Amino acid sequence: MTAAGPGPVIPNFGQGSACVTGNHFFCWGWVRQHWGDTLEPHLVQHVELTVIAVAIGFAIAFALALVSHRLRVLDQPIAITAGLIYTIPSVVAFEILIAYFGLSNTTVVIPLVGYSLVILYPNIVSGLRSAPPEVLEAARGMGLEPRQMLWRVEVPLALPSIIGGLRIAVVSTVAIATVASLVGDRGLGYPIFYALQLPTPFKTEIYSAGVLVVGLALGFDLVLVAARRILVRWAQ
Amino acid sequence: MSGAAQLVFDRVTKRYAGRDTAALLDLSLEIPAGTFCVLVGPSGGGKTTALKLVNRLLPFDEGDISIDGRSITQLPVVELRRGIGYVIQQVGLFPHMTVGENVETVPKLLGWDRARRRARTAELLELVGLEQEDAKRYPAQLSGGQRQRVGLARALAADPPLLLMDEPFGALDPITRHRLQLELRRLHHEVAKTVIFVTHDIDEAILMGDRIAILREGGVLAQYDTPDAILAHPADDFVERFIGEDRALRRLALRRLDEVPLDPAPPATDSLLRVSTRNTARNAVSLMLEAGADRVLVVDDGGRVLGILTLARTEELLEQ
Amino acid sequence: MISLLYDTANAHTFVDGFRFIADNPGFLAHKAMQQLELAGAALGLGAAAALPIGILLGHLHRGSTVAISASIIGRALPIVLLIAIFLTVFGIGFVNNMVALAVLATGPMLTNAYGAVEGVDRDVTDAARGMGMSGLQILTRVELPLALPLLFTGIRIAAVTVVATSPIAAIAGGGGLGAVIVNQASYRLEGVLGACYCVMALSAGVWLVLLALQRVVTPRVVHT
Repeated sequence: MTAAGPGPVIPNFGQGSACVTGNHFFCWGWVRQHWGDTLEPHLVQHVELTVIAVAIGFAIAFALALVSHRLRVLDQPIAITAGLIYTIPSVVAFEILIAYFGLSNTTVVIPLVGYSLVILYPNIVSGLRSAPPEVLEAARGMGLEPRQMLWRVEVPLALPSIIGGLRIAVVSTVAIATVASLVGDRGLGYPIFYALQLPTPFKTEIYSAGVLVVGLALGFDLVLVAARRILVRWAQ
Repeated sequence: MSGAAQLVFDRVTKRYAGRDTAALLDLSLEIPAGTFCVLVGPSGGGKTTALKLVNRLLPFDEGDISIDGRSITQLPVVELRRGIGYVIQQVGLFPHMTVGENVETVPKLLGWDRARRRARTAELLELVGLEQEDAKRYPAQLSGGQRQRVGLARALAADPPLLLMDEPFGALDPITRHRLQLELRRLHHEVAKTVIFVTHDIDEAILMGDRIAILREGGVLAQYDTPDAILAHPADDFVERFIGEDRALRRLALRRLDEVPLDPAPPATDSLLRVSTRNTARNAVSLMLEAGADRVLVVDDGGRVLGILTLARTEELLEQ
Repeated sequence: MISLLYDTANAHTFVDGFRFIADNPGFLAHKAMQQLELAGAALGLGAAAALPIGILLGHLHRGSTVAISASIIGRALPIVLLIAIFLTVFGIGFVNNMVALAVLATGPMLTNAYGAVEGVDRDVTDAARGMGMSGLQILTRVELPLALPLLFTGIRIAAVTVVATSPIAAIAGGGGLGAVIVNQASYRLEGVLGACYCVMALSAGVWLVLLALQRVVTPRVVHT
């Protein structure tokens, strides 16, 4: 924890409200007062981190899946590499990357991208393989070119798997991104870390940040469920 | 496109690596434009293989196949396939598209505009016996029979001159199958395209085909002729066994009583068994046997007497 | 505590990590032991909670939503948050970290225990019931032996998850290798890397040991 970091207001024992000084279970007053300078900015950072990491992870995973869909031999090596990445604990990943990229956004984003990628890749691959053989035969017989078959048949049929993978990836990323606060003041992990370091850990800050994190994960999940309902009309 | 195309197999051979018997051996077949030709035979006879050679889903080793005189190898594969309708047993409808979108697939590939596609889809749905509202439904919501109708509509969408059908009714229950067989026959009378229809069921072949090509194991053509000719003069033992011992009765089943020469009715008709013209000669014989009679009185729908049919006359029918 | 300082790294540094291990075997072993203590206690606590519930639900063929959601929720709860919450409840020390990691461990164990017992071939359990076995007998003599592989797999997954995640407990005073990893100021990059290697080796080791144990314990016919 940086001594000189910009941060939330330190509960001033002596001048804060009774709730705060007494460190009661939950102080609504504090939440209202510090929404704008503490909770909301970190929430926004967390959302940004998650969206960027999953977006990049998805782009890479999709590209890799298309490649291994065409060249089946590559599937095993890619899958094994992915498995290996997943075994690296997030703490370890962040700490190692600090040495190379410092306390920057790059250090944070790279492991998050890695974990998203690892979750998304197998889901996309299995989705692409899920097209029934007779559908592919009919498509070929009708005169669809391989590229048309991919984009008009195989990819749309892969959507349920892809969205399933996205749900898992997003929820995991929201959780892992809390650890990213090891690397500095970004994300909802930071208020939690900060409150932990105080002589008396400040409950309200921990709980309010916690509620936001869990709520965020839930929120993303609901959005993706809604997306599935819209995009996958044919398999309700 | 549109209209019908002539299809010619010219000494086509296909072998599979590592197997002694060929899939198809020296197959020569000329299918005139507008014919409903059935490929029938036991499994291993190469009938599905022959079908898949036409739209080049499988390659052949020797010989040539031509459509309206042009070899199929001269055209780019994708263009060839877009000009041929293809229907398979499991249908293969795209689950993620509505019925309408499925049907419009090839027209869309060919660049038809939306209005034209929509009109064509409406036309086809009516042709295959579906409701207009079905266009918005998804395959998962349809029954097996309905799905096969959509498959047929999809194959006909771009009005191809040639239609390939690979045991399309094989996965349906007998009642639906029979209904679709009759409808397909009716459809063929209306829209006379060249159809190659593969089945292992000789009854289906006799019911549907203008011409039947019987392929025996090893991909050899055993006989190629009209149903009646095959039933009357089977080419060899294999064909005889394949079509069954009751071929005389089957031949009679092909003759409706309003097409058969009748003898004049005697003045006293009360004791005679009455049979409608909608029946076949086979049914008449069956009724005669049941009643122990040697003749029946043939009447039309209005009750008007057309004549009598004797057992002797039916024997004469078989001699033709 | 987390430090602002960092070394500029190069390929050499990765090797240095191994040298750190070679230079400080006793120290790292001691830290590793602390780590395993924490992880082991958390796993034990989680198992005590998750396994009975999972097995019972699976036996009764009820509560599938609960069992499946357990994994999903487990993935969604950040360990940082759990540690912080339990710290406010239990105060700083061993207990809060143990409980937080235990929560993390319950997910895979509950889901797998449920799936393993529930998924035992119905024909087999029906035959057992037909022979006159009581519910408890069916559970202990038929379902559990057949469910062992999948059940044990859940324990393995939970174990590795806990071991790999436990370094983070360093933020709340949990010692172990985590204390080295988050303290780049004192131990420099070599130390951090060395500790990281140790964590990953520990995870792999735990996986293999439990896999061997699984092989030993599983009845021969059921080997997957």
